[in-house]
Amino acid sequence: MMPIAESEVRWVKPPTLGLLDRLYLPAIAQGLGTTIKHVFQPKVTQQFPEERPDLPANYRGLHRLNRDADGRVKCVACYMCSTACPARCIDIVAAPSPWPDREKYPEMFVIDELRCIYCGMCEQACPCDAIELTSMFDLTGLSREEMMFDKEKLLSVFDQSVAMGKDPVRTRAGALSCASEPNV
Amino acid sequence: MDPDLAVDPRLAPVQESFDGALRTHRRKLQDRKDTKDDGFMAVVYINDQPVDIGSERLNLIQAAQKAGVFIPHYCWHPALSVVASCRMCLVEVGEKKPDGTIAMQPRVVPACQTPAKDATVCLTNSEKAKNAQANTLESLLLNHPLDCPVCDKAGECKLQDFSYGFGHSTSRMVDPKNTPPNKPDIGERISLFTDRCIMCSRCVRFTREISGSAELMVSNRGHHSEIDIFPGEPVNNKLAGNVVDLCPVGALANKDFLYKQRVWFLKTQASVCAGCSTGCSIQVDHNKDVVHRIRPRENPLAQGQFICDEGRFDYAYVNGAERFDRPLSGQAFLPAGAAGQQEYLPLEPMTWENAIPAVRGELAKAAKENGAALAGVISPMLTVEEAFLFAKFIKGLSSDARLYLGWVPRVGKDEQFPQDRHGNPLGAVKFTIRAEKCPNRRGVEEVLKHFQGEVLGFDQMLTDAARLEALYLTAAYPPRLGAWLTDEQTQTLARIPLLVVQDLAPTPISERARFVLPAATFAEKDGCFVNHANLAQQLHRAVRPGAIGRTEGQIFLNLLDRRGLIQAKAVREELAREVPFFAALDGNLGEFGVKLS
Repeated sequence: MMPIAESEVRWVKPPTLGLLDRLYLPAIAQGLGTTIKHVFQPKVTQQFPEERPDLPANYRGLHRLNRDADGRVKCVACYMCSTACPARCIDIVAAPSPWPDREKYPEMFVIDELRCIYCGMCEQACPCDAIELTSMFDLTGLSREEMMFDKEKLLSVFDQSVAMGKDPVRTRAGALSCASEPNV
Repeated sequence: MDPDLAVDPRLAPVQESFDGALRTHRRKLQDRKDTKDDGFMAVVYINDQPVDIGSERLNLIQAAQKAGVFIPHYCWHPALSVVASCRMCLVEVGEKKPDGTIAMQPRVVPACQTPAKDATVCLTNSEKAKNAQANTLESLLLNHPLDCPVCDKAGECKLQDFSYGFGHSTSRMVDPKNTPPNKPDIGERISLFTDRCIMCSRCVRFTREISGSAELMVSNRGHHSEIDIFPGEPVNNKLAGNVVDLCPVGALANKDFLYKQRVWFLKTQASVCAGCSTGCSIQVDHNKDVVHRIRPRENPLAQGQFICDEGRFDYAYVNGAERFDRPLSGQAFLPAGAAGQQEYLPLEPMTWENAIPAVRGELAKAAKENGAALAGVISPMLTVEEAFLFAKFIKGLSSDARLYLGWVPRVGKDEQFPQDRHGNPLGAVKFTIRAEKCPNRRGVEEVLKHFQGEVLGFDQMLTDAARLEALYLTAAYPPRLGAWLTDEQTQTLARIPLLVVQDLAPTPISERARFVLPAATFAEKDGCFVNHANLAQQLHRAVRPGAIGRTEGQIFLNLLDRRGLIQAKAVREELAREVPFFAALDGNLGEFGVKLS
């Protein structure tokens, strides 16, 4: 690369400040003016947390594990979500199910909410509409362990979000998926 | 012959290529007059592609395989009889007449049942054949529950693969599907998901033709046929696990593996079973350093297509929590007031940096004092490379030191299959489970012969134990074999002042050792085993030997004061140069291994 010739360099000096500028008082008054003007104007910021945002239905927030009509976990532990997950944050341990109408269920289902990137691929991959993303977004915790949401926690998110009424079960509510035995 | 068929425009490329192939065929006939079958070579045409099948007796599936064309099939298996019941391999078949015309049969026929003859023409991609295959799949899927999300076979299921490759995307079935109840107790280790079955009857033929025990049968008829057992006779024969591999769908499941992993998470490594001296070729399926499943790997030189249940299911010790993962040092002391009876302090963990020089130093000191009182025992569970390095190390300390062959476990008698329920042989032997439950006695023996001219057995070592001052004992026997030293033998060996024990898990003898070094299993190391028939086969590392574990080969390399990580191939090349018996082991041994003479 060619070096820049001295003739091509243009030196710019900052403008010199006059007496008024150096006093700063006019600038302060101007700033205060802007502040006072906005005190009397209508508010445009949302007053979180007193005021909750009205999120669209396809907002991708905290996960929940849906329940079937009998209140049992709907998931059949097929691992499709953990296979699809680009962040590798879903950990499942499957076991033979204790119920006669299906063969397999998740003995353990843990989502690392800190590792999750909330892309919603798990929801898309789920063949039995058992995992869904809710509009809850303000989840907090004091430790990393606390942010590993297990099956019970994710089911309680379902109960909470349904009670809130903001996240209706979008898919075939209650119905078991094709991955269960139809007539037993 | 109908001349109208010959002008079928679909067959034009077949005819064109035929003329060329016939010319090549005749030329080859002239070139190969010296072959033992009088130079006769059959040429089969698979989708206008001529294939020279020589004088082999093949069906059209196998002939097509030679042409690189895959004909989908469920019921046909190279090791089982032909039933042509699944109808998946339907193809169009015809014959090329000597005058150059082609006569096609008007109907589709199963390729598995059609012998490949000279001038047979087989179309697998014609409209008729493709329709037949797609319609067969639709029929097979009529009652299939499509519960792939919870089916263990998903990912390696032939029904999935063929539906994707050859099937329709929809089903016209409107009636409710048959859902016969599952049979989870069809065998101790096998479960039957009856509704997923496509009635290929591979499992039934396996129990009749290979294991001979004939526990399985087809009950009921038509759409209500089911695989079942005879009442009170579950599939518990010693080869039963193979029916799970044979099942092309998820009907037969391995209870040991059921719901443990989805198959696409598994990584596969080619290895050799360490269960007996047959040395079956296996696949080790593992994920995150845990072995999840053992499957057979086809090897015509070793065992064929199958493996026994002992080899298939006895891998839990590889993942066992009680295994040694670091070197330990022990100390004996004489308690005050006791009359000479030694007691032992609990074993203390050591770092590798301390352990290797300590073991080497103490053994060298013992060898210097009295070389003839130093001995090493080479377990037949070790690979050839490890045995070679170990022998080098012991003989390097003192040429008077003696090497012994480790305990060779023998359980019962060789078992040959097929055998009936009373254990009587049925016809030609198709599989053998050997009584000698170690993989590498032959290899270790040859190493011993090279280093000291004779093979001294384990019993000889026990006899000589009284005059030994130092003993390096390698073991690594799987826990299934139980205690391999009696209390009396343990007492005898515990008297040796410098005892180095290398084993998988704590045993009475390891608690009385001066040093304990961890051993590795077949799944954790590279190397080769020599089976009963002198077939040397290569095993590859699948999982790591614990967090800070080292394989025996690595430890021997360190004891020999050689640098770096163990490279089994380099050691094998050194072995091939130095020991004439192993001369053929130079380099990689390939998929099936190398026969030594």
